[in-house]
Amino acid sequence: MPLATSNSTRISKRFAALRESGELGIVAYITAGDPTLDATHKFVLALADAGADVIELGIPFSDPLADGPTIQRASERALKAGTTLAQVIHLVREIRKSSEVPMVLFSYYNPVLQLGLEKFASSAATAGADGVLITDLTPEESHDYRQVLAAHHLDTIFLGAPTSTDDRLAKIATASSGFLYLISRTGVTGAKDALPDDLPALLRRARSVTQLPIAVGFGISLPGHVSVLGGLADAAVIGSALVSEIEKATAANPTPAGIDAAATGLAARIRSLKEAARHGLSRREVAP
Amino acid sequence: MSSTLHSATFAPGRFGPYGGRYVPETLVVPLFELERAYEAAKTDARFQTEFADLLKNFAGRPTPLQFASRLTAHLGGPRIYLKREDLLHTGAHKINNAIGQGLLAVKMGKPRIVAETGAGQHGVASASVAAHLGLECVVYMGTEDMARQALNVSRMRMLGAQVVGVDSGSRTLKDAINEAMRDWVTNVRNTHYLLGSVLGAHPYPTMVRDFQSVIGREAREQVLAAEKRLPTHLFACVGGGSNAIGLFHQFLGDLSVKMVGIEAGGRGGQLGEHAARLASAQGFTGARPGVLQGTYTYILQTEDGQIATTHSISAGLDYPAIGPEHAWLADQGRAEYAAVSDSAALDAARLLSRTEGIIPALESAHAIAGLIERLPRLSANDLVILNLSGRGDKDMDTYSRLL
Repeated sequence: MPLATSNSTRISKRFAALRESGELGIVAYITAGDPTLDATHKFVLALADAGADVIELGIPFSDPLADGPTIQRASERALKAGTTLAQVIHLVREIRKSSEVPMVLFSYYNPVLQLGLEKFASSAATAGADGVLITDLTPEESHDYRQVLAAHHLDTIFLGAPTSTDDRLAKIATASSGFLYLISRTGVTGAKDALPDDLPALLRRARSVTQLPIAVGFGISLPGHVSVLGGLADAAVIGSALVSEIEKATAANPTPAGIDAAATGLAARIRSLKEAARHGLSRREVAP
Repeated sequence: MSSTLHSATFAPGRFGPYGGRYVPETLVVPLFELERAYEAAKTDARFQTEFADLLKNFAGRPTPLQFASRLTAHLGGPRIYLKREDLLHTGAHKINNAIGQGLLAVKMGKPRIVAETGAGQHGVASASVAAHLGLECVVYMGTEDMARQALNVSRMRMLGAQVVGVDSGSRTLKDAINEAMRDWVTNVRNTHYLLGSVLGAHPYPTMVRDFQSVIGREAREQVLAAEKRLPTHLFACVGGGSNAIGLFHQFLGDLSVKMVGIEAGGRGGQLGEHAARLASAQGFTGARPGVLQGTYTYILQTEDGQIATTHSISAGLDYPAIGPEHAWLADQGRAEYAAVSDSAALDAARLLSRTEGIIPALESAHAIAGLIERLPRLSANDLVILNLSGRGDKDMDTYSRLL
């Protein structure tokens, strides 16, 4: 049975199952409302059907300073379509009617603050969201936030970075539940060709301070990345590569046909990544 | 000295509820390092000697506190002194902070600096300091601002800086800060972010204030020497608020001194038409506390927490958030904030040019317009120090359309 799951959220259960099978999980990020919320609904179901283990729904923000150009453009498109945080929470409720896929809301802090922490947490939890990740919130500034989210049984996922010291990684892990999100490189989001050389060392440092599952993100897009990560991490986060897929299929063709084409493309990508995860290195073989 | 208002910082980096450190994790440890380097520099005699030397011999401090006799006579109200930051090397107060942070970058062993700029004054100051200290310099600037402050773009390039146009969002200061932060988060191991105002995550609002507080220290001594009394009022324009806090800070404990920050009222009170964060009493709408670019403060935003676009004729004031210490001073009633329109600022620029022979920057012209609008509440016994934070050369394109 599960190794170190302290609670029974959908996220913890999914990671426990992944650990059991020794398979790398795939966390899929897309920006909600790009190009429309109805399209996002379709995309989430397609991603889940193709085997994505966790879905991260990005809340579009006017000033996404941790994001590279791909997700910046997606945020602009989503905001242009009128997307709000409240609408994304409503979308979670709609998706939850037909899917048990774990869902994480991924946001900058200001939209959450403006909705109000209590209102945000209660409505997100009621809708069926499982966890929340705030890009520009650190453990030090998150006391109230963590209390409110914990009261509503939402996982709080924090980010660790290559610049984080061991002490900080421990602090970040303590503040986190569900999983720890490890940023692979200094920089903003966006697909890259190669994984950084110092990633294994960073993962070892993180492992030494926490039992939480670790998902690695930023710059991961290819099946080859996933094969390598299988020996090191519990999950890989794929974001900009999926958002690009949506952009290519819908930016020039925002019709139902374009959206269907995007959904098919997303599913194909997830399937190839899952395939790589099944045949790549496994923690069972590599981890001590 | 020990009054809470004088220090105004309760927890490190907090001004009452405002301030803090809201950044992606990658930047947290670099911000700790910066804070430690800055704290050490405060008591490092060699750093302080170098800082004082560059302020004097590179930037041209101290700046005069000039009695504006013809402006005083023309307005027929209080005695008005101008703190002549416009006379500094590179043309504005921005050089004070750029020198301080440039020296810190050297001390931290960072060979590269990035900076954002709105009006271009901070970009020019950063480029100058980088050249002087032998640092590589990249300046991010909104393309809208590059068009209206073309002279400063040329100056930065002449100084060897790379100027990168930012085409996202409103293509102004806010977007330039986003892009500078993206560069910093990517190159953080060899790069210092030379932020130009009392904005961003701790320690920036405190550190930039301290580097700028030389303005108020000089002004306080100078006014006491000239008038044998403290001023009754201080006036300064407020974008992020670095020239204002630089003047105000040394007077915070002098409770008889009223402080007035003047924001950009733009074309009107509707969200999107102005950059007035603390002037809701005058009907400027859309400001609420929130988090933007590292700090918790008053921000112009929509109901849903999206940051609003702003408008000001002055690129340096065209920004949706205000420095967190100003938010706190406003809440406490220690400083007052008001906004003036684009056209009032233009009229004030013309008036100062023709009464005193000084062409002010559009930013500083807002402070003059704010003083003029407040004349009915001032008397001949009042004594005003107005921070003339920058000179108007960069704004000649805008001014020449009025001639």
